[in-house]
Amino acid sequence: MDLKLKIWRQPNAGAEGKIVDYDIKEVSPDMSFLEMLDVLNNQLVEKGEQPVAFDHDCREGICGMCSLQINGKPHGPDSAVTTCQLHMRKFKDGDTIYIEPFRSKAFPVIKDLVVDRSSFDRIQHAGGYVSVNTSGNTQDANAIPINKDDADKAFDAATCIGCGACVAACKNASAMLFVSAKVSQYALLPQGQVEAKRRAENMVAQMDAEGFGACTNTGACAAECPKEISLTNIARLNREYLKSSLS
Amino acid sequence: MKIGSNFPAQIPDGPIADKWTNHKNKINLVNPANKRLIDVIVVGTGLAGGSAAATLAELGYNVKAFCFQDSPRRAHSIAAQGGINAAKNYQGDGDSTYRLFYDTVKGGDYRSRESNVYRLAEVSANIIDQCVAQGVPFARDYGGLLDNRSFGGVLVSRTFYAKGQTGQQLLLGAYSAMNRQIARGKIKMYNRHEMLDVVLVDGKARGIIARNLVTGEIQRHSAHAVVIASGGYGNVFFLSTNAMGSNVTASWKIHKKGAYFANPCYTQIHPTCIPVSGDHQSKLTLMSESLRNDGRIWVPKKMEDVEAIRAGKKKPTDLAEEDRDYYLERRYPAFGNLVPRDVASRAAKERCDAGYGVNATGEAVYLDFASAIQRYGKEQAHIKGLDENDAALVKQLGQEVVKNKYGNLFQMYEKIVDQNPYETPMMIYPAVHYTMGGVWVDYDLMSTIPGCFVTGEANFSDHGANRLGASALMQGLADGYFVLPYTIGNYLSNDIRTGKISTDSPEFDEAEKKVKEQIDQLINNKGSKSVDHFHKRLGKIMWDKVGMARNAEGLKEAAAEIKELRAEFWKEVSVPGSAEEFNEELAKAIRVADFLELGELFAKDALHREESCGGHFREEYQTEEGEALRRPEFQYVAAWEYKGEPSDAILHKEELKYENIEVKERSYK
Amino acid sequence: MALSGIFLISFLLMHVSINMFSVFSADAYNVASHFMGTNPLVQFLLQPVLLFGVVFHFLMGFVLEAKNRASRPISYAKKDKGNASWISQNMIYSGLVILAFLALHFVDFWIPEISYKYIEFKPAVEDRYYGELVHKFSNPLRVGAYVISFVLLGLHLLHGFQSSFQSMGINNKFTPAIKKFMTGFAIVVPVAFIFIAVFHFINH
Repeated sequence: MDLKLKIWRQPNAGAEGKIVDYDIKEVSPDMSFLEMLDVLNNQLVEKGEQPVAFDHDCREGICGMCSLQINGKPHGPDSAVTTCQLHMRKFKDGDTIYIEPFRSKAFPVIKDLVVDRSSFDRIQHAGGYVSVNTSGNTQDANAIPINKDDADKAFDAATCIGCGACVAACKNASAMLFVSAKVSQYALLPQGQVEAKRRAENMVAQMDAEGFGACTNTGACAAECPKEISLTNIARLNREYLKSSLS
Repeated sequence: MKIGSNFPAQIPDGPIADKWTNHKNKINLVNPANKRLIDVIVVGTGLAGGSAAATLAELGYNVKAFCFQDSPRRAHSIAAQGGINAAKNYQGDGDSTYRLFYDTVKGGDYRSRESNVYRLAEVSANIIDQCVAQGVPFARDYGGLLDNRSFGGVLVSRTFYAKGQTGQQLLLGAYSAMNRQIARGKIKMYNRHEMLDVVLVDGKARGIIARNLVTGEIQRHSAHAVVIASGGYGNVFFLSTNAMGSNVTASWKIHKKGAYFANPCYTQIHPTCIPVSGDHQSKLTLMSESLRNDGRIWVPKKMEDVEAIRAGKKKPTDLAEEDRDYYLERRYPAFGNLVPRDVASRAAKERCDAGYGVNATGEAVYLDFASAIQRYGKEQAHIKGLDENDAALVKQLGQEVVKNKYGNLFQMYEKIVDQNPYETPMMIYPAVHYTMGGVWVDYDLMSTIPGCFVTGEANFSDHGANRLGASALMQGLADGYFVLPYTIGNYLSNDIRTGKISTDSPEFDEAEKKVKEQIDQLINNKGSKSVDHFHKRLGKIMWDKVGMARNAEGLKEAAAEIKELRAEFWKEVSVPGSAEEFNEELAKAIRVADFLELGELFAKDALHREESCGGHFREEYQTEEGEALRRPEFQYVAAWEYKGEPSDAILHKEELKYENIEVKERSYK
Repeated sequence: MALSGIFLISFLLMHVSINMFSVFSADAYNVASHFMGTNPLVQFLLQPVLLFGVVFHFLMGFVLEAKNRASRPISYAKKDKGNASWISQNMIYSGLVILAFLALHFVDFWIPEISYKYIEFKPAVEDRYYGELVHKFSNPLRVGAYVISFVLLGLHLLHGFQSSFQSMGINNKFTPAIKKFMTGFAIVVPVAFIFIAVFHFINH
C-alpha cells in the first residue's frame, strides 16, 4: 500500500519544529509500524538526508522505549499494543498518517520524535522502591504468604512499562496512571507497607514538580495504556495519598 | 598483576560445596570508610549491571552507571518471559543445589566451569528471597505461596515466574534498588550514554570513554574498576530476539585492549520464535519456552499435506492425528516437547530442511495447544461438575485455562501474525536468542584485564555450550547481587590508597583521540549505503554459514566474506548528520563496525571447534541418529587473545575438569 | 475539586427538594423558603460557607485548567477525539456555562433577596416567595436559559460526581452500583430543576 506520512521534524531541543510530508510506497501489511519507518529512513539515508529519529529498542512491546503519537493516539489505532507491535495491516492504502512526539512539558523533545522521559525516572527515585538491602540476608521468600488476589493485582499494576502513553493521551498531560501503578504495586504487598506514607507523598510531590498536569479522571490514560493498567490504581493512589496526608 | 596473568582461572581449593564459602572467608575486604574513596563504573543496567550497581552502591562504593537506553529500566533483560530458576525445592520434587548444578552442567553439554556453576546454584535460592523482599510480584498459588513451573531439559519444577513477564519484574526490582541508591546519591546514572572504549592505566582498567548519545559529547570517566554488563552479541546475526540496540561494543572494546574472548561460537538458537515474514523484518519475536509445557510441536507426516497447507488448500486443523508427526515426542520420548533448546531447534531445522516446513518460506513448524485445551477443559468441567462430553463447553473452559497461563503471549502472537492461536496452531521457528560465549572471566568474574570485571550474558562462564531456560535471569542476578560485590572487593582492597584517578593523563588522551578518529572517519566517509545494509548482509552470512548447523567449508567462506564486507563497510558506509548531535545512524555504525570484527572471530572459533556440543553443531561431527557428537579433546574453553585482526587471534585453552559430575553422553531420549 | 464538588452536590439536592414544594403546594414552598431565608444559622453560617464553596470550586477549576493547559505547551497537530467521554474532557466549558447561569440566577433571585432583607430592610413577608418564583418563570427567554444551563449541569455532574469519588480514592466492589446511582442523580436532579421551571412557565 502507499501512504502519506506527516512527521514532526525538529533538529534538536532548542530548534523550532514542523510537520514534514513524506510519501512511502509499497508498504507491506505484515510490516510493523517501526519497520515501515525503517524503510523510510533507509531511503532518506541513501539520499544523504537525515533519517527520522525515533525511540525504539526491544520491538516486542515490553521495554517501553517506543512512543509516537500516531494520528492523535499514543501507540496508534490498535488497542493494548505499543507502536512496535502495531502492524501496517491496521491502515489502508492511501491513508494519511500523522506521526508526532508524545507531548508534555515534562517530556521535552530531544530530536524529531524522540522525547526525554527522565521525569519518570526522577519520580521513581522519589520513592519507587522498597528500602531493603540487596545483600540477600532476607527471610525466606515463602515466609509471608500473600493473598493470590492481591499478588495478582500487584502484578497487574507492576506491568507498567513506563512508556508515557498515559501522559500523551491525557488532555492534562497527567502522569497519574504511571505513578499510581507503581504506588499500587507496593501498596498491595506487605513489603511495601512500611514506607507507604512517604512513598505516596514523595512520588506525588515529584510528579507535580516535573510539570505534569493534574488528573481530572477522564480515563483517557487507561483507554490508551498498552498494558491496560486500570483506573482503580489511580483511586488507590488517591487513597494512599489521602491516608498519608491525614496521618 | 598484568594482563592475562589470571589465566587460567584460579579456582579455590576444597570440596565443591565449600569453595564459595571458603573463598568468601579468605578474600580481602575493604572497610566502609575506604569504600567511600573508591569509584566503580558499571556499563549496562540489565539484571547483571543493575543489580551490581545497586549492591556496590549499597556497600558504599561510588558508582557511575551507564546505559544507552533512555532509562535503566529498559535494558533487554526486561524481555525475558518465562522465569527464573532457583533450587528452592518448594515443590518437594527432589530439587537441590546439586541437582540444579547437575542440570546446568549437563544442559551446557559439559562445556562450563564446574565451580562457577555450583556457586550459581548455591546462591540461586537467595535471589528469590531477595526479589520477594523487594516487592517483585511472582505468581502465587491460592495458599499465598510462590508457584513454580517446569522448563526444558529438567525433571523438576524450579522455575519461579511472573506470568510471561518475569524478566520485566526482576529488572524493575533491580531498577528499584538502583533508584534507592540514585536517590541517596551513591549511583550517578548516565542514561543515553554509550561506552566506546576502556582506558588502561599501568595495565589496569581505570576508566572509560563514553559518548553522550543526545549531544554527541565524548566524555572521560575514571574509576578504580570497570564492570562490563552489556549483555550478549546475538545481533551479529542482524535478526535475533535481542533488542535493536543490543551490541557487542563494550565487550569488543575490552577484548581489543586485552580481555580474552571465550567461546564466541556458542550461540543459543531458541526454538519457539515467530517465523520471519519478509525482507522488511527488523527483529524476531520470541515466544516463551514455557509454551512447550502445554504446546505440542509437529509437522505433517505426508509431503502432500505440506504442499496443500502451503497452497492454502488445507488448514492444519484439517489434519488427522495419524497424519501428524510430533517429531520431538517421537525422537525423545523421555523429555518430549521439553527437550533443551538446542535439541528442539535442531530438530525443527531437520524437519524443515527435509521439506516439511509449513509456511511459504518453508521455515516454520506448528506449536499446537488443541490437546492442552481439551485436557484442561475436561479437568475444569470435572471440577465444576459440568458435562465433560460437551465439546463446546470443554473447549471454552480449556481456552480459559490456557488464557490464564499464556494470555499475553497468545495476544502478542495474534497481534504480530494476525491469526488466532486458540483456534489454529501457532507457527514457530528457531531464532538467535542468547550467546553463551563472551568475555573470559576468572572465578572472581574478572577478565584478563586487571580491574575489568564482566557479568551476566557478557561473560562466558556458567552456561557452557547451551543455556537452559530460565537460567539467564538467575545468572545475571547471581553475578550482580551476590558474587561480584564480594569478589570485586578482593581486587579493590589494593586500591584504598590510590586516591581519585585523574582523567587528565596520556592514557585518557590517547583513548579519546582514537574514539574521535573513528567517529570522524564514519561521519566523513560519505559512502552510498546505509549501516543497516551492511548489518543485514553480515546477518545473512552468519545465519547461512555460522547458524544452526556449520561445516568447515562454510565457516571458511564466512570468515573470508565477513572480512571483505568489513573492508567494504569502511569504504561505502554512509552516516548522515554530524557527530555533535543525536545521531542514531552514527551509534549504529559504531556498533556494526564491531560486529563486523566479532563475526569473523566467531567463524574462526566455530571452525576450530571440531566437535558438536550444545548450540554449536558441526555437520561433520554427528552421531548416526543425527545427534551432537562431543569430542573429549575439546573439553576446554577457547579463550581468544586479540592480536590486531580477528583472524590473527591467539587461542588459549582453559581445560575443564569435572570432578563432581560424570561426563556422559547427553541424552534426552 | 472533589470535596467542594460533593458539597455543592449536596446543596443541589437540598435546593431541588425545596423547589419541588413549589410544584405541589405554594404554602409549603413559602414555609420552607421563609425558614431558609430567615433562620440565622442558614443565613449567617451556611450561606457564607456555600458562597465560599461556590467561589472555591470555580477558582480551583480555573487554576486546575490553567495548570493543565500549561502541562502541554505544544499541542498535537492531529487531534483525536480519544477514548474518553467528551464531557470529561470539557468540564471547563460546562463549568463556564454554569457560572454564567449562576450570575443570572444571582441577579434573578439572590441579589433582590439580599437587598430586600439587608439593604432595604423591608418587613418579613412569609408568603411572598411563591409569587416571586412564579413571576420569574413567566419569561420564556429566562426559562430557555435555565433549561440549557441545567442540561449542562447534568453533563457536568455526570462526570463530576463519579470523578469526585475516584479522586477521594473510593473505588471498590460497590463502585459499579454507586456509579449507577450517581448517573441517576446527575440526570434526575437537573431534570427536576427543568421540570420546575417549565411547570411554572406553562401553568401561568
